[in-house]
Amino acid sequence: MTSSTFTPINTADLSRQLGRAQRRKQLWALALISPLLIFLLVFFMVPLGSLLTRAVENPEVANVLPRTGEALADWDRTSAPPDQAFGALLQDLGSIENSAQAGILARRLNSEVPGARSLIMGTYRALPLGEPSSAAEARAALVEHDERWEELPYWQAIAKNSQRWTPDYLLASIDLRRDAATGKVMAVEPEQAAFRAILLRTFEIGLVVTVVALLMAYPLAYWLSTLPQRKANLMLILVLLPFWTSVLVRIASWTVLLQHNGLVNRFLMWLGATDAPIPLLFNRVGVAIAMVHILLPFMILPLYSVMKTVPANYMRAAVSLGSSPLHAFFKVYLPQTYPGVAAGCLLVFITSIGYYVTPALLGGAADQMLSYYVAYFIHVEVNWGMAAALGSVLLVATLVLYSLYRKVTRSELSLG
Amino acid sequence: MKSKKLLAMAASVAFTLPVLAQSNLTVVTFGGANAVAKQRAYVEPFERANNTRITMVEYNGEMARIKAMVEARRVTWDVVGVESPDLHRGCDEGLFEKLDWSKIGNKADFMPEAVHDCGVGAFVWSTVLAFNADRLQTAPTSWADFWDVQQFPGRRGMRKGARFNLEFALMADGVKPADVYRVLATREGADRAFRKLSELKPHIQWWTAGAQPPQFLVAGDVVMTTAFNGRIDAAQREGRNLKINWVGSIYDLDFWTIPRGSRNKETAHRFIAFASTPEAQANYARLIPYGPTNVHVPRLLDDRVLAELPTAPANAREALRFSANFWADQGEALERRFASWAAQ
Repeated sequence: MTSSTFTPINTADLSRQLGRAQRRKQLWALALISPLLIFLLVFFMVPLGSLLTRAVENPEVANVLPRTGEALADWDRTSAPPDQAFGALLQDLGSIENSAQAGILARRLNSEVPGARSLIMGTYRALPLGEPSSAAEARAALVEHDERWEELPYWQAIAKNSQRWTPDYLLASIDLRRDAATGKVMAVEPEQAAFRAILLRTFEIGLVVTVVALLMAYPLAYWLSTLPQRKANLMLILVLLPFWTSVLVRIASWTVLLQHNGLVNRFLMWLGATDAPIPLLFNRVGVAIAMVHILLPFMILPLYSVMKTVPANYMRAAVSLGSSPLHAFFKVYLPQTYPGVAAGCLLVFITSIGYYVTPALLGGAADQMLSYYVAYFIHVEVNWGMAAALGSVLLVATLVLYSLYRKVTRSELSLG
Repeated sequence: MKSKKLLAMAASVAFTLPVLAQSNLTVVTFGGANAVAKQRAYVEPFERANNTRITMVEYNGEMARIKAMVEARRVTWDVVGVESPDLHRGCDEGLFEKLDWSKIGNKADFMPEAVHDCGVGAFVWSTVLAFNADRLQTAPTSWADFWDVQQFPGRRGMRKGARFNLEFALMADGVKPADVYRVLATREGADRAFRKLSELKPHIQWWTAGAQPPQFLVAGDVVMTTAFNGRIDAAQREGRNLKINWVGSIYDLDFWTIPRGSRNKETAHRFIAFASTPEAQANYARLIPYGPTNVHVPRLLDDRVLAELPTAPANAREALRFSANFWADQGEALERRFASWAAQ
């Protein structure tokens, strides 16, 4: 007679088996997403990390003037620099192998003290300045070559930048600076202060564009969601049609439409709405119009996708229970579309604060957004530290806003 | 079978050999009418004479692209036209090759300002006061008139940036051209220039690309503007009634350079040498009125063309030479101050 062996259920064994099975599932899931993870790490996080490091790197002076930095390490920055510093400077400049390094040093110091470029390059080109046998002689030779070497600001700049890491770029991008003599953080002179205002302006323009886009996209998305499938598809193709043309072409066409003799002004004057052409270009209005035009599809699509899922009978039920249609709209329909509104607003806002081509081509000098200055520092000034610092400020501000948004929407969504 | 393969390989090599023998060159300019003139006067004749294929690329003075290329050691641009501050900065920072003047020509054939270690002067251009003669009854005669919105109502176009505009502001305020840079180097001078600019600020429309000022003038957006003289001339050739006032204009040179690490240095040197010959420069000057840098060229040009050049005595008499040294030192600080001023 066969007796079925009865194995008692060992809970410890079972939990171990469950744990193993779960781990295997997790590993399997990880293996499935690992290509994407590696792609994100390599092409997204690593460049972002190197960008953020560039915002605090300061290698130029440390690489080219190491001995001078050492000689100035104990200097109090208010009295005359020690003679050893002059000797060390001559030594350092003399041991530069590649003249490009002198140029890079000159550019870095010139950002701190205007005029340092010609001082450094002039001294470098005039080397050797005799054969000074002592530090005092080195000082005399340098001062004789260019008496600006007696002025403190140049030495203060060298002393301040002898460390490889500096907070100066980040401070400058929020209109602060470190005093060259004392090292205290203080505000930049009001005539040089630009970036805080520009950051506020960037968010302001982003907000205006988001609100206008929402007001225009909401009725359109609602209408689209009520259409039968075939017509809705056709209309959606028309909504997506602008994506087939390049952004620059669209901006250039707005220039043609909005200028003084352009179609919009001529139409308004023909209607009799105005006698003189309204300035619609090279100011905030033109920028807003073009940005709303470009970003409208980004608002329509999330709204449309959420509105399609809202059952139509809720509104009918509300009206049948005695509510006025307007009241029903605000109390019943609108709250159900909040996820779409939130998603669309977030998408449009974050995209718009990164814009720089549209304000650059259609805006005036007071309409430039932060990314324009990032591009300016990259292309024209070739001061990549400053560009990275401004980019970091924008990134941090965006992350802060996004976390606020998450807090707000979580509390909103939990109502349903 | 083997012989058929060998034959096929030999035939393909024979077909590609002529293409391989043809060299390539990428020439970069500021685009617009300038690039068109360069193409007709320099690029096409050079291509025909040298079995070279030249690709023309446009840019707007961004040194960062050259810096990125040189640092990554992947230089795709062979000959680049740069403005003088960029030439000095780029040469100091090792962005350009040191030229082999023996391959380019005799230094004595060039204006002294056109001879540089890293660059050869390509042409002399000028930033001038241009206006639409159809919309103004009396012609403006100075920068003070540019600032006078009562007598000459209408908007003004100015290049976005501190350069040139600070000098014009000082000249409008009464500073003589010869003293402009001395005054601008002091703090009071810079303050004075910005105060003067603030007077005009509500009426200014800013431009960034050289093709915009004639466009603004023709469209009626502005009545007077600063502009590159060659672009105004291009519009005049199209029949527009735009005029130039040369008093107080600022002239400067553009230079041919070779980015460091270019793979076609030989061909690049030959191209620059060709573009510096008197005949080629004379052809260029006939197409767009930018001054030649080769001293033997004026002989080859007729008076009508000579009169439009920035180097003509009548035009250069009250003109100011742009100081690349001043802007190399003070440029960053002044441009930052301009950015903050413009933002307010």
